[in-house]
Amino acid sequence: MEWETVIGLEIHTQLATRSKIFSGAATAYGAAPNTQACAVDLGLPGVLPVLNKAVVEMAIRFGLAIEAQIAPLSVFARKNYFYPDLPKGYQISQYELPIVGLGRITIELEDGHSKVIGITRAHLEEDAGKSLHEDYHGMTGIDLNRAGTPLLEIVSEPDLRSPAEAVAYMKKIHALVRYLEISDGNMQEGSFRCDANVSVRPKGSHEFGTRTELKNINSFRFVEKAIEYEVERQIEILESGGAVVQETRLFDPDKGETRPMRSKEEAMDYRYFPDPDLLPVEITPEMIEKVRAEMPELPDAKRQRFMADHGLSEYDAGILTASRELADYFEAVARVAGDAKLAANWVMGELTGYLNRENLEIDQAKVSAERLGGLLKRILDNTISGKIAKEVFEAMWAGEGDADEIIERRGLKQITDTSALEAMVDEVIAANPKQVEQFRAGKEKVLGFFVGQIMKATQGKANPAQVNQLLREKLKGN
Amino acid sequence: MHDKNLTELAAGLRAGDFSSEELTRACLERIAAHDGELNSFITVDEERALEQAQAADRRLAAGEAGPLTGIPVAQKDIFCTDGVLTTCASRMLENFVAPYSATVVEKFDAAGAVMIGKTNMDEFAMGSSNETSYYGPVRNPWNPDTVPGGSSGGSAAAVAARLVPAATGTDTGGSIRQPAALCGVTGLKPTYGRVSRWGMIAFASSLDQGGPIARSAEDAALLLGVMAGFDERDSTAIDRPVPDYTATLDDDIRGLKIGLPKEYFGEGLEAGVARAVEAALDEYRRLGAEVVEISLPHTHLAVPAYYVVAPAECSSNLSRFDGVRFGHRCENPEDLEDLYKRSRGEGFGDEVKRRIMIGTYALSAGYYDAYYLKAQKVRRLIRDDFARAFEQVDVIMGPTTPSPAFRLGEKTDDPITMYLSDIYTIAVNLAGLPGLSLPAGFVDGLPVGLQIIGNDFEEARLLNVAHQYQQVTDHHKCIPSGFE
Repeated sequence: MEWETVIGLEIHTQLATRSKIFSGAATAYGAAPNTQACAVDLGLPGVLPVLNKAVVEMAIRFGLAIEAQIAPLSVFARKNYFYPDLPKGYQISQYELPIVGLGRITIELEDGHSKVIGITRAHLEEDAGKSLHEDYHGMTGIDLNRAGTPLLEIVSEPDLRSPAEAVAYMKKIHALVRYLEISDGNMQEGSFRCDANVSVRPKGSHEFGTRTELKNINSFRFVEKAIEYEVERQIEILESGGAVVQETRLFDPDKGETRPMRSKEEAMDYRYFPDPDLLPVEITPEMIEKVRAEMPELPDAKRQRFMADHGLSEYDAGILTASRELADYFEAVARVAGDAKLAANWVMGELTGYLNRENLEIDQAKVSAERLGGLLKRILDNTISGKIAKEVFEAMWAGEGDADEIIERRGLKQITDTSALEAMVDEVIAANPKQVEQFRAGKEKVLGFFVGQIMKATQGKANPAQVNQLLREKLKGN
Repeated sequence: MHDKNLTELAAGLRAGDFSSEELTRACLERIAAHDGELNSFITVDEERALEQAQAADRRLAAGEAGPLTGIPVAQKDIFCTDGVLTTCASRMLENFVAPYSATVVEKFDAAGAVMIGKTNMDEFAMGSSNETSYYGPVRNPWNPDTVPGGSSGGSAAAVAARLVPAATGTDTGGSIRQPAALCGVTGLKPTYGRVSRWGMIAFASSLDQGGPIARSAEDAALLLGVMAGFDERDSTAIDRPVPDYTATLDDDIRGLKIGLPKEYFGEGLEAGVARAVEAALDEYRRLGAEVVEISLPHTHLAVPAYYVVAPAECSSNLSRFDGVRFGHRCENPEDLEDLYKRSRGEGFGDEVKRRIMIGTYALSAGYYDAYYLKAQKVRRLIRDDFARAFEQVDVIMGPTTPSPAFRLGEKTDDPITMYLSDIYTIAVNLAGLPGLSLPAGFVDGLPVGLQIIGNDFEEARLLNVAHQYQQVTDHHKCIPSGFE
């Protein structure tokens, strides 16, 4: 039987506010345990939450970006359960009335098609603290620095049909929240993580199969691996006549498998009810318009603009707009160099290669956009060839200065003096009579041999176009 | 000195008739002499009180004193007090020294008042008799065999016995007004949102409200002026100017329209209480008020709705007492579940457990709509009843409680009967309105309270109406025998 996979993702993205969602404590990552937890975060008797306005604005920004309805009135609810890193014994979340209603986002598939994925809702909530089980010898350490960190939980419709689609969707949301500057999206630090609801059904069926929920997946690779494993597991069960059990499963990245965490029977009754300590959040059309006016350019609009203004292909524009940082970098290079296509080639080629090799993000690039632009300018004005430029780039990456300094210091300026080149061409022709014969007999490829000889003699500094032209003239003319 | 009202005390302090230190020592001596019998205090912090008194004396000398500077005030032990034990009368917080002060406490500190100690109460403010306190029951100074009411029983008893000039209370279903009535003092529950809840340990967040317990409406007006006000740390506090509550005390009440809810004078109301209330109404008629009958048709639903909403909120509010970060932790927990079960099992008393269980049940999947949601709808109906009534009348009056103080132990085995002692006060919390109880006579030597209910933010009117009555009556001036 052929099976169809049905996936819905719940993405938790940490909002990039300076202080917590309901207290004034700082949200910075990496502080010593419990140094960023105030009385409110500790859930001391008598404390009360006060909503951080910045998170509301960020949620609106996200809602506008996915063309969603922004709720004029949304309500914070308490999700009640006991856990040592949940100080109040409840998490303040949103339940019946989330701040962002139904929206959508378009993802690009590998086959070049695009697909619209529905987003059921996005709601605000506070994060819990961390339980540290290692290093405490039979005890558990509690770090409440993260408790009260604002999260936006983005819940997709069950519209995703493959692990690859799930990854594409997760990447798209990741790029979007970074574009919107509402999250740093740092997956290592847990600022962007997801749970996946996965089920399979016979192809053509309209009913959903029994789903399992895969918890706490914190990388693009893991979301793919976890879902792949889970789909295979479910199909195996169904094909051997069994039934999938509705349960929550935990993905183990070391073993590449999912394993049961709790079953539906053990599912918690969270006893949600509106939090009486907080008033409903009212959002007026004026507030929405104010946020809309300050919205940054979104990825899809940027991609269209790159195609229209810079003459890039859809593919190139797609790659260059995958993240806001990359797009900004590219635009800066293009602006300095004055040639967008050349800039695009270098950013996607040489620069990306170096970044990948050293596993760096664009904002960690060792060559600034201004310097790369300066290098490209020297290609365009024929100071150096593209090949020499790669050498210069390597030196720039190694921190040897800007392009002009390196060209000067290493004496890499192209030889464009025609009489000097002519002499060299004459020399090479005279020294290789056999190859001259071959060329004249119609073997055009031999031209490359001559070019190579000259490049070797000039250490690549000869202007290739000029050398070509001279060789042709001389070889034919003789 | 112990029988002076706040205005007289403030005048005496300014005139130099006595110092705040002398006044504070006098209070401490009365507490030492009488509180063994009453048990109205959980903590008396003599050292801190005297330090504050000395600071107040310096302020007085410098001419920087406000109306409450140098005057001893007791705080209900539900308000967090920085560096001072804050127990909520629970074993759970037997060892809890608050690292910060409630807004109400901060405001009294800023006014230069002297925090003499922390008063006894029902555990986590859950009770109507002060018998659920981990620190033992408070006794009613009018008759030590009877209860002082609850949950602010310690505050009411201490004020009634003239151990302190004034105290704070909190009122979730009647916890200021009912003990005020049973102890013969004046207590005011302000409009929800008028007094900040920051640092006031939550019982039922949508109903809890702090307020003053005092000897007279005039004193209550001074206290409320200090306690009330917006607080950005409490999202439910309302940003609205605080009037000078003393400025309108003497306003003429001729033409005042008083509504009597017929539902408050039916079955369950003791005859003696009804007679005292009637007599008080006659007094108001003599003062030029007009008394009309009104109806609050959903009154009978108030107690059932309350006993869904309040336990539901409490079940969640009290989840933070888990033995992990503060408060009682059981010995040698075997695992996490054991830690939770024993810490909470040992830390909470029976009434608190009963309400946590009721509330947990009411919020459970499948029951939420039938209980919590329904109760919230009832709450709206009750509020609408009052809104309609206030279209016809200025204030509503009736008994604060169906009977005077009952005997210790009389109702402890019968929670429903106990809950019904708040039958006239609970609806006011559900509607978020201000309500005041003032002494209106005695039955068999026990005080009777008259309740006055006002529209939103009409505290000034309630205090004015109460004050006018106290200008022509002496009930509030009576002192229980043995405490003169």
